[in-house]
Amino acid sequence: MSIKGKAYIVGAYEHPTRYAPDKSVAQLHAEVALGALEDAGLGKEDIDGYFCAGDAPGMGPLSMVDYLGLRVRHVDSTDTGGSSYLVHVAHAAEAIALGKCRIALITLAGRPRSEGMATGTAPRSGNPNLPELGFEYPYAPTVVNTYAMCAMRHMYQYGTTSEQLAWIKVAASHHAQHNPHALLREVVSVEDVLASPMIADPLHRLDCCVITDGGGAVIVAHPDVAKSLRRPLVRLLGAGEAPKGQLGGEVDLTYSGAAWSGPRAFEEAGVKPADIDYASIYDSFTITVLMQIEDLGFCEKGQGGRFVADGNLIAGVGKLPFNTDGGGLCNNHPANRGGMTKIIEAVRQLRGEAHPAVQVKDCALAVVQGTGGSLGLRHGSATLILERV
Amino acid sequence: MPTSSPAPERSIPAPVVTPETRRFWEAANEERLLLPRCRACGKVHYYPRARCPFCFGPADEWIEARGEGEIYSYSIMRRADPPYVIAYVSLPEGVRMLTNIIGADFDELAIGQKVRLVFVASESGQKVPMFTPIAP
Repeated sequence: MSIKGKAYIVGAYEHPTRYAPDKSVAQLHAEVALGALEDAGLGKEDIDGYFCAGDAPGMGPLSMVDYLGLRVRHVDSTDTGGSSYLVHVAHAAEAIALGKCRIALITLAGRPRSEGMATGTAPRSGNPNLPELGFEYPYAPTVVNTYAMCAMRHMYQYGTTSEQLAWIKVAASHHAQHNPHALLREVVSVEDVLASPMIADPLHRLDCCVITDGGGAVIVAHPDVAKSLRRPLVRLLGAGEAPKGQLGGEVDLTYSGAAWSGPRAFEEAGVKPADIDYASIYDSFTITVLMQIEDLGFCEKGQGGRFVADGNLIAGVGKLPFNTDGGGLCNNHPANRGGMTKIIEAVRQLRGEAHPAVQVKDCALAVVQGTGGSLGLRHGSATLILERV
Repeated sequence: MPTSSPAPERSIPAPVVTPETRRFWEAANEERLLLPRCRACGKVHYYPRARCPFCFGPADEWIEARGEGEIYSYSIMRRADPPYVIAYVSLPEGVRMLTNIIGADFDELAIGQKVRLVFVASESGQKVPMFTPIAP
């Protein structure tokens, strides 16, 4: 049994805002839901499954189902950080395959920019019952300094350079210049990245993603529903999910959970990395992208620096067009969770609806790769393989 | 700021002490780093848990770490005031622990550098293990 071909993504919508001090978080969830429904050509009453994660206020899905006025027979509020929405697509497909749900709505929204959140640089205290808390919080781990330790180790162990990491931002900026909604639209050079202030060695400001308000939504549906609608068909072929932590103390910062979720997704889909036309790769930081590219099998472990250098990720230039909306690095990373926008750009590419300057010709097969949490502490990875029908 | 003298150190938030981890923190106040070892499989793990994360056996034996280590990775949090160093240190007992490196010249830090255990009082007075470079 597998979920291959059992569900389609029929609606996808990214909120155009990047700064929303005049809207509530719940309101943003409603607006992206409406946008995805309009994109699909469905009505709110058609939704029978709802998925959300930790950005949705309330006890799991309860407040949002109430607020949105949904009558659903399937819910799931799995939270694996930024990768949650990829997990939701897979879980929606599973529910649809079993007849538990027919049309699933997944929403994400948040306002870290309006709320002045020091997303990457402030240690987060959290629930006192967290078993790791006493052994971590005193040392002030933050998002940026824990990813930075992964980069330092990768440089030490494999010779990866700051210049190679910078190419990842450069590529994203080449794409973002065509995106009128992107927060950062200026094309940057390797020198620009290296000249930006050092936040936590070796990550400079331009190695880090943006902090934006907004959100997005997708709708996953049964094949019969998809074929009755008027949008180009995007079908799920394979999925994998894998949390990875400190392994009881045998910490290894050189690889991510993508090394586990990726092969499972590719195997279920029956395709290989070489078959992929477009990749959405979670880009909280440049090092995040580099590690996932290796872990998915686009190159050997340790060769990621060479792979991403010299424009290899730039549409129309390199071998693996990535994050053609500009990614989290330049376009949008709403609510500090970048997985939804990764799914949305892959859907655009497969539909042929990306910006013409970045649209991959004959884009038929895409991978969406997300992580959530910190690669330097504990994180979740999820991988989706999507095809154009 | 001259690069030859270490940066001023920051104030350390007090660790949460739980019934499960009390033994570890009492030993820390005695400036001893205890590591849990499983009675069933014999493996040492970190961070300390009552049940072994490898085999789920009872992890109720404790060994005292020698107090030596080597930097597995680190980063200098430049944005903070004062800047500080977060790191994972590899212990010969077989685990890598999240920690801070203190008393170090930032420019001389390196992965593979040998460090030794020190204890620093947190805001509650509870001592917390950290590491400092071994002078060459």
